[in-house]
Amino acid sequence: MTQAGDNNMSKQNEPSAKPQTATQPVVMQVSRAGEQSSNQDLAGGVKGKLRRIMLRPNDSTAKTLLVTFMLCLGCSLLVSAAAVLLRPTQAANAMLDRQRNIVQVAGLLEEGGDVQSAFKNVKSRIVNLDTGEFTDEFNGSDFDQTLAARDPALSTALSKDEDIAGIGRRSRFAEVYLIGSGDNFDKIVLPVHGLGLWSTLYGFVSLQSDLTTIAGLKFYQHAETPGLGGEVDNPVWQGKWSGKLAFDAAGDVAIEVVKGVVDPAGARAAWQVDGLAGATLTSRGVSNLLQFWLDDQGFGTFIENLKQREAS
Amino acid sequence: MDAHEREQARQVVLDPLVDNNPITLQILGICSALAVTTTLAASLLMCLALTTVVTFSNASISMIRNHVPSSIRIIVQMTIIASLVIVVDQLLKAFAYDVAKTLSVFVGLIITNCIVLGRAEAFAMKNPPMISMLDGLGNGLGYSLVLIAVGATRELFGSGTLLGYTVLPSVNDGGWYYTNGLMLLPPSAFFIIGLMIWGIRSWRTVQMEKPDFEIRQAHHSEVV
Repeated sequence: MTQAGDNNMSKQNEPSAKPQTATQPVVMQVSRAGEQSSNQDLAGGVKGKLRRIMLRPNDSTAKTLLVTFMLCLGCSLLVSAAAVLLRPTQAANAMLDRQRNIVQVAGLLEEGGDVQSAFKNVKSRIVNLDTGEFTDEFNGSDFDQTLAARDPALSTALSKDEDIAGIGRRSRFAEVYLIGSGDNFDKIVLPVHGLGLWSTLYGFVSLQSDLTTIAGLKFYQHAETPGLGGEVDNPVWQGKWSGKLAFDAAGDVAIEVVKGVVDPAGARAAWQVDGLAGATLTSRGVSNLLQFWLDDQGFGTFIENLKQREAS
Repeated sequence: MDAHEREQARQVVLDPLVDNNPITLQILGICSALAVTTTLAASLLMCLALTTVVTFSNASISMIRNHVPSSIRIIVQMTIIASLVIVVDQLLKAFAYDVAKTLSVFVGLIITNCIVLGRAEAFAMKNPPMISMLDGLGNGLGYSLVLIAVGATRELFGSGTLLGYTVLPSVNDGGWYYTNGLMLLPPSAFFIIGLMIWGIRSWRTVQMEKPDFEIRQAHHSEVV
């Protein structure tokens, strides 16, 4: 901004150094400018022309256009400089934030621990959700599920009955994270998202190696009411997910968030998590998005495949 | 800088704090004051962002004020303000990523904050750069004062914490304090700002507005 300001300042100051032109009546200047244009063009070239435009009244068309142009040039330079110079830092922040969420949901991050060293044990793979198999179609770092869900070639539209998570379109691919070495993973982290009350909640759910026990659930992006639905970020509530069961004996998705507090003696207590007080719709949203992503439309086929591979 | 200028500079910085506060007297910028004050940290960052934008927008608009065609002056001001806001938003994303994530949409809305455009149009277009910059700073600080007060009140009573540190241990975390959920919703900021305006105007009675018209007292003989 100061750049554009300085430009104009210098333009403003230069004529005032030559009072004989600056103090002349405006009308005179315009007509004189016309007479002397050939001389000054030879002397000052484009610079002289611009200077004469700057001497015109502020509301003349030429000056309005010139001021607008210079202002836009200055502003766009500033904005693009900021965007280009800061992009690496921003990308690093976003990447670190994603990694932190993954290692936290998998329980790999100790209090005050280093995210990057904890992330060394994490391997990312792309899964084709329709076939439930790993795919090498994408380079892991280039794949963006949010963009893929908007791309008709990479996603499928969901019918109203299928779309219990309220997401409209579902990407046919997803990036999952395996923790451990090789195919013998200890935990697996799956990205999930779905509609809460105000916003789409984006998060990760991690499963133990039995692919039934939940290790953790965490949302990294949402805009629910702070203090009510926003309590999905509360570590105490997040802690309640650890050890719950995602699937029942028949292999169907059974995990749900109940209204109020889970009765520990109840028959279904192992599949139930306390609801958030004052946030019924957010709680229901969390329930729905897990039921969607763990079922056949989501990672159901993939989880089934992994289970069979382990059994065999 | 002579004594008169120094006095003027002092005045443009200090006046907007209480006597001519943009929020409590001029009732500008209320929208963001409601939206971002659920936590003190978010309020502080918003104050920093707005104060930076209004200071630099006032300075740069004042620098080019003699060359701004009056027919497009609002667009010129908006272009400058919008560019500054984008830069501030980019800086926040680079250096305060966590808070920027929750604030991002509101930082963008600084562009439409009446305080910024109001100071540009009312002050920076008519005054030299230095004093305009101070005027921007003063108004930013006046806004910040209110936002910090509201943010601290809402976070303390809504979550029992200040800047994330527990002050009143809440029942959810095994303490004794039942958090006031209303404090976390936008209407509570209305109540708090309303009470603040009431308090300030009772203290500084100059700020009380005269009624638009007097209700005529009818004599009992006129009533039929």
